[in-house]
Amino acid sequence: MANKILAILEQREGLLKKVSFEAASTASKLAKDLNLEVEAVVAGSDVNNLDEISKYGIAKVVLLKNSDFSNYTSSGYTEAISDYAKEVNAVCLIVGNTSLGNDLAPRLAVKLNSGCVMDCVNLQVEAGNIIATRPIYAGKAFVKVKLSTEVKVFTIRPNVFKAELSENGNAAIETKEISSPNLKSRVVSFKKSEGKLDVAEADIIVSGGRGMKGPENFNLIESLADALGAAVGASRAVVDAGWRPHREQVGQTGKTVSPSLYVACGISGAIQHLAGMSTSKYIVAINKDKDAPIFSVADYGIAGDIFEILPVLTEEIKKIRS
Amino acid sequence: MKIAVCVSHVPDTATRIKIGADRKSIDPTGVTYIINPYDEFAVEEALKTKEKIGGDSIVYAISVGGDANKESIRKALAMGVDEGVLLKDDSPRDSFGIAHALADEIKSLGCEIAFFGKQSVDFDNSITGQVTAELLGYNCVPVVVDFKLDGSKITAEREIEGGREVVETELPAIITTQKGLNEPRYASLKGIMASKKKTITEKAAAQFSNYSEILDMNLPASKQAGRILGTDSSAVAELVKLLHEEAKVI
Repeated sequence: MANKILAILEQREGLLKKVSFEAASTASKLAKDLNLEVEAVVAGSDVNNLDEISKYGIAKVVLLKNSDFSNYTSSGYTEAISDYAKEVNAVCLIVGNTSLGNDLAPRLAVKLNSGCVMDCVNLQVEAGNIIATRPIYAGKAFVKVKLSTEVKVFTIRPNVFKAELSENGNAAIETKEISSPNLKSRVVSFKKSEGKLDVAEADIIVSGGRGMKGPENFNLIESLADALGAAVGASRAVVDAGWRPHREQVGQTGKTVSPSLYVACGISGAIQHLAGMSTSKYIVAINKDKDAPIFSVADYGIAGDIFEILPVLTEEIKKIRS
Repeated sequence: MKIAVCVSHVPDTATRIKIGADRKSIDPTGVTYIINPYDEFAVEEALKTKEKIGGDSIVYAISVGGDANKESIRKALAMGVDEGVLLKDDSPRDSFGIAHALADEIKSLGCEIAFFGKQSVDFDNSITGQVTAELLGYNCVPVVVDFKLDGSKITAEREIEGGREVVETELPAIITTQKGLNEPRYASLKGIMASKKKTITEKAAAQFSNYSEILDMNLPASKQAGRILGTDSSAVAELVKLLHEEAKVI
């Protein structure tokens, strides 16, 4: 039996997350380069779109099923998935670097006596080894890392690896009932936050900084975000001042993001902020001070009064979107 | 109850990173090191937990690394932690190496709960807490923004995409702390004076060979500064056109 590489999928409320398709596609590509068999594994209760994974070069999908697995349980998922990985002689696991993946992957690594490289932005095979590239110092630098353990775990940064459709699209779906799972630690409920979109998952982000002058002016940021279908972000200065909640903070002690479009409004661009957002595909900066560091990473900028520009920009976006 | 708080010693977040001559580490010239910012929330929560439980509870600050780490341990002591432990190793360790040393010490001290910052702002792996917990067989809730301990029962809220998960578990446990959990106290002058009399025990960190090897370190490709399209709202039309037609992001 050939050794296996497993894509560890993530479901919420019975639906696979986008990063799961990226993990599946990545695992399938690595399987070819390393001459391994590939499988996808998910812990859950009922997962409705499992068959979609078959389009990403995966021959077999295994659902580790228990009615208590509809919500995340770190102890339960860790035990079920690591037991399965041992059973099938998995030598490599690919996990999405989400909140769940960040909790689960290192635990699986310990159970499998394996090392674990987090938040990879590139995985490539060189002389039979997987070489991972990952950001450090919130993106101020990058390292290439190799694991020396027999089993290897990698988490992949969402939105970086492509979920590529593959020719052979017929995966067998197998359900494995997990009896008496370990529920020592479990999620009992979820409190949805007020914001519509999370900066960690958004494709477009509109962020405000101290140049917004006060929390009451963030309605301008919210209107633009609404028009763009974007998430609202914030600089550390305004979070520390209590104008915006911490979950919106972008930068070294907040979230590191790489959306398609990042609009920085009234943000000067402290080094900690730039570290967290400079890998965005396109950056727009609007700031009164034309010498602000934010313009050094921006693709397009307007060096003017945010309060005059934002309402006009919002209207123009609405026009083009309608 | 014995409570541990694990601290790391990291470059200040304002540091401009330069790559060292070996291309495997940063050039430390001119870099200021501080206690990892997320660890301050861990110290605060450990102290609050001690205050709540009362009795003869004791809080230990543990760090793995060289002599310089004593500075961050000292900071925790000045905030109110009772004793420090430096697990010495002058060679760099990966997260697994650090976790093995910490697990060994947490076990030998008999700590039932340990607080960690959710990640160190140097290597950003954000796994040391989880790995330490698995090695010890402890429960673990990472990225916590709300924490309640009732007897041995833990109810913690952890930040995830789009909201918070409420997690129930019990002692013994490791909690990793996120900004928003609390307001770390400042070290008072009295605290700073008192910390000078507190003990930092030094011992060799448990042996471990790293699981990962750094092959190369480099800086991101520097971006070319873009175009300033104007200084007022008359530039908006061009901006929208560029985003639509050139960048194709809207």
